[in-house]
Amino acid sequence: MEKFLNVSGVAAPMPLVNIDTDMIIPKQFLKTIKRSGLGVNLFDEMRYNQDGSEISDFVLNQAAYRKAEIIIAGENFGCGSSREHAPWALKDFGISVVISESFADIFYSNCFKNGILPIKLSKECIDILMDDASKGENARISVDLEGQTVSATDGTIFKFEVDAFKKHCLLNGLDDIGLTYQKIESIDKFEEAQAKITPWL
Amino acid sequence: MSVPKTLYDKIWDAHVAHEADDGTCLLYIDRHLVHEVTSPQAFEGLRIAGRNVRAPNKTIAVPDHNVPTTEDRVKGIDNEESRIQVDALDANAKEFGIHYYPVSDVRQGIVHIVGPEQGWTLPGMTVVCGDSHTATHGAFGSLAHGIGTSEVEHVLATQTLIQKKSKNMKVEITGTLRPGVTAKDITMNVIGRTGTAGGTGYVIEYCGQAIEDLSMEGRMTVCNMAIEGGARAGLIAPDQKTFDYCYGRPNAPKGSDWDLALSNWKELYTDENAHFDLKITIKGEDIAPSVTWGTSPEDVLPIDAVVPSPDDFKGGKVEAVKRALDYMGLKPGQKLSDVEIDTVFIGSCTNGRIEDLRAAAEVLKGHKIKDGMRAMVVPGSGLVRAQAEEEGLAQIFIDAGFEWRMAGCSMCLAMNPDQLAPEERCAATSNRNFEGRQGRGGRTHLLSPAMAAAAAVTGKLTDIRTFVGAV
Ligand code: SF4
Repeated sequence: MEKFLNVSGVAAPMPLVNIDTDMIIPKQFLKTIKRSGLGVNLFDEMRYNQDGSEISDFVLNQAAYRKAEIIIAGENFGCGSSREHAPWALKDFGISVVISESFADIFYSNCFKNGILPIKLSKECIDILMDDASKGENARISVDLEGQTVSATDGTIFKFEVDAFKKHCLLNGLDDIGLTYQKIESIDKFEEAQAKITPWL
Repeated sequence: MSVPKTLYDKIWDAHVAHEADDGTCLLYIDRHLVHEVTSPQAFEGLRIAGRNVRAPNKTIAVPDHNVPTTEDRVKGIDNEESRIQVDALDANAKEFGIHYYPVSDVRQGIVHIVGPEQGWTLPGMTVVCGDSHTATHGAFGSLAHGIGTSEVEHVLATQTLIQKKSKNMKVEITGTLRPGVTAKDITMNVIGRTGTAGGTGYVIEYCGQAIEDLSMEGRMTVCNMAIEGGARAGLIAPDQKTFDYCYGRPNAPKGSDWDLALSNWKELYTDENAHFDLKITIKGEDIAPSVTWGTSPEDVLPIDAVVPSPDDFKGGKVEAVKRALDYMGLKPGQKLSDVEIDTVFIGSCTNGRIEDLRAAAEVLKGHKIKDGMRAMVVPGSGLVRAQAEEEGLAQIFIDAGFEWRMAGCSMCLAMNPDQLAPEERCAATSNRNFEGRQGRGGRTHLLSPAMAAAAAVTGKLTDIRTFVGAV
């Protein structure tokens, strides 16, 4: 996995609550056997008409937000299906940070496996950032993972919490499987013990 | 005295293979279920890194999401991308030596129906699958949850998952259900109460008389939708019904192993005074037959209610409700039982089991579906289909005018050709009413199998209580 680099860029405001993974990447794009190339279909049914033309008032179709790197979203972002295609599509589009009051569990953990930082902030902070983001290109939101801060255009700084292990992996681009292999002896031992207690497994 | 534990605590503790200082654990996985949509990239990752599947014996694969459900599917899959995905699963199962039920096998079906049916799912286990409805298996008192593709690869390679423990929530359904009220209504009502994010960060244990009274099929329906409430998993303590269900299944323990397993499983309950971070109690008598009106599973109301107004809500939900009503083509104040539908879908991992088909057939007996109605039954597995044929249920569906399909996910997520057209309105026994879920612009109302059958006959969302009375 690539290392997570600090971001300073345009943030797209998406105040809708419960944005689900079917919205983020509809199922017709899950037929791929690759991880790449899903960015053009990110938010497909909200972004394009059935004839393929763009829906002009969708946020990512507006000139200011076409190159957004951050999304500020309504609560419970990423609910629904476990499809990792959702973070793949976000990443492929160029989004590396999503900020919301809350995230669905599986989506939240999928983000970290793909170099995307999901940030949880309080409703008050989200309201300010949403407002800031809606100023389009005039707004610039910065995210510093090391220092765990988000800065609004006017310099207001918000601190956020993140699990220390997940942060470490993201900052260093570490591969989970490689890390787990270092503990393979514990797994071997567990299996041996389990075979005695629950031999039917 | 040792500290009292919840069922979740017990299963968790029995599966920690390694714990770091910060509480990050390697949780050992007993069963890994795999389907064609969320696994190709994981197998590819293994190949690129030169890694193997650590425990092929604990890994079970079945294609379900993409497969056509028409009988001519034995001739092959027309859609090229779907075919490539199913072929990839065939090849990966073979290459890595994992258990496999191909489309041609009568045991093929929806992964969450096949697992329990084949005895792969047993009490006290950890079960994962690259699919959010893995929660279904919690009905056996096994800790089961959905994972992403990177985690699928991690489990394939290491048979563990990197996890931190969730919080404990208890959802108690007391008393007895009223006539016409089913497991589906219980689970939808819980979500209506907690909201789709109410369970985030929790593992839910469902308990109470109304849960104990449910069959294993009903319990699976309840746990299936735990994820729709945001929970990591849903659990129900195993009891005699659970043991009876497991006994004799192809992959259940046999002989002395069975006796040993049974004594172990009997310890799987929440100790008295164990700590829950959150408790919710719902009276079984208060639950009515229910339907969804919006585009989130939390948008649920009793069938005799009216469509709500955005003004009934607060915060971000106001906009979401406006958008949902517009998408669904509904007006505030409209009676739900007046809503006319075009299509009925009976199936999915929520309600595609034999008991669900029995309930729907019971309603349909002696009736015909409304003129112009499109109605289909998609059994959850080939074995459910075979049993329904043997019991004469298939004939009831066919006589009523339903299409009788082969097993798969089908119109639950419409990855195969079974899809809604824009603005087509469907009464569905599945679990998600998201925008576009059953086809772009399609409108979904979630309900129980009996209510779906009644809707097929009347052409409208129908109160099963009055329908039964009318027959
Ligand atoms: S039936 Fe629907 S919810 Fe269940 S596994 Fe298939 S697609 Fe997912």
